[in-house]
Amino acid sequence: MNIEMSSKTRERLLYLISPVAFLVIWQILLMAGIGDRRFVPAPSDIARRFITLAGTGELEWHVGVTLYRVFLGYIIGAVPAVAVGLLMAMFKPVRIMVDPLIAALFPIPKIALMPLLLLAFGFGDASKVALVAIAVFFPVVVNTYVGAANIERIYWDVAKNYGASQTVMFTRIVFFGALPTIFAGLRIALAVSFIVLVASEFVATKSGIGYLIWNSWELLQVDVMFVGIVTIGILGLITSVLFQEIERKAVPWKTE
Amino acid sequence: MAGERRGAAIDIAGLRKLYLSGPARLVALDHIDLRIAPSEFVCIVGPSGCGKSTLLRILAGLTAPSGGTIKVDAPNWAVENAMVFQESGLFPWMSVEANVGFGLMTRGVGAHEAAARVEAALKLVGLTRFRQHYPHQLSGGMRQRSAIARAFVTDPAMLLMDEPLAALDAQNRIILQAELLRIWEQTRKTVIYVTHSIEEALLLGDRTVVMTAQPGRIKQIIDVPFARPRDPMTLSASPEFGRLKLDIWRVLEDEVTRARHDEEK
Repeated sequence: MNIEMSSKTRERLLYLISPVAFLVIWQILLMAGIGDRRFVPAPSDIARRFITLAGTGELEWHVGVTLYRVFLGYIIGAVPAVAVGLLMAMFKPVRIMVDPLIAALFPIPKIALMPLLLLAFGFGDASKVALVAIAVFFPVVVNTYVGAANIERIYWDVAKNYGASQTVMFTRIVFFGALPTIFAGLRIALAVSFIVLVASEFVATKSGIGYLIWNSWELLQVDVMFVGIVTIGILGLITSVLFQEIERKAVPWKTE
Repeated sequence: MAGERRGAAIDIAGLRKLYLSGPARLVALDHIDLRIAPSEFVCIVGPSGCGKSTLLRILAGLTAPSGGTIKVDAPNWAVENAMVFQESGLFPWMSVEANVGFGLMTRGVGAHEAAARVEAALKLVGLTRFRQHYPHQLSGGMRQRSAIARAFVTDPAMLLMDEPLAALDAQNRIILQAELLRIWEQTRKTVIYVTHSIEEALLLGDRTVVMTAQPGRIKQIIDVPFARPRDPMTLSASPEFGRLKLDIWRVLEDEVTRARHDEEK
């Protein structure tokens, strides 16, 4: 047990090595005079600015707004995506009807929908949340469908032979059978949701990390811009670690 | 559970199964007539591809027959049949306990009663200590034990077993054969057991049905006269056992050769 714990801890440490090394090299290069610090601030400059911004509560506020939009949009997009994906796998007519729609809409860059969503939902949070939801929907629905459709035949046979109703089939067999693949889709969706949200915050809003980045660009506050970029990176890292923990708990039968 | 209660009586008449895939029309089963008495243990042997698994799947309601009738007389049984599959078919996402209780959950058996029955079934197959484990944490033998427990716990009038021990090593197979005999003698369910091993058919069954290679027909039905309770090791060492095994092999031999020729063509 002890050995297992320490190996897990080691794995987590390994996880941090590459970003830390990246920052160290960056700092050394700038301190050595390679690069112009006015345009490319050193990690220490960014850290200093980070602390100032955090001290006033401004940064926390932007982070809060961004997280709120991501979280809400993610849930609104992912939950129906899982349901639709499972239904597609269980019922052929659903699949035949939904398939062309997904094939047509999936490749559209979701950020291209932003003007349309601004028109529909206005300049408030709703348009950003809607954009995240739409962007999250597609990778999750496709992964859910693939996972559910590839459940081995024997599990369907067993479930049928042992008297499973459609409801049991849906909630106990197809859902769990697809769960490892669903998680792969959710993970992609997590990254996608940050990408589209930050891009959407560049325009038509006065809050969120995307706004912070764009606004500092307009004011040529390069260090603030980097604070925004780094903050997104940190948020991505934290949510991804959290996500892995959730997956570990939710899919305990996964062997690797 | 034992006592007067008898397993299902099964009457299969003129059963046919055709597969129409592309230009080839495959007759998987043809003219299957078989009457099985309540609480009988019938083994089916035959060359691979003779449709013996198809027959079980039809009885299990997983495949529709192309013709013929099946009458199952199972009064006073809540569950008509339960199948044990070749590759255990335990759900990887459920604990042993949840897997074993699956057929009770689907049929709305109350939590309290279900827990007690699962407990008894786990005890029957000696897996009480592993109830919280997931299938990937079990050995092949333990997985098959769980699958057998999952079938028995639903208290079916007939058990359909599709080469349930084929994937196990020799030692585990002998142990599980003995366990299966013990459990069956306690519960006296009707069992239809598909195997490719003549020996297994003689150790377990009351009758052995020998099937022909494609199209699958019943070639001969042989009574297995050995007294019960049977001890697999002693029984398999007896001269009568050896003689009967050879007899059945003679019946089966032509079919196996024919099946091989068909495959090579």
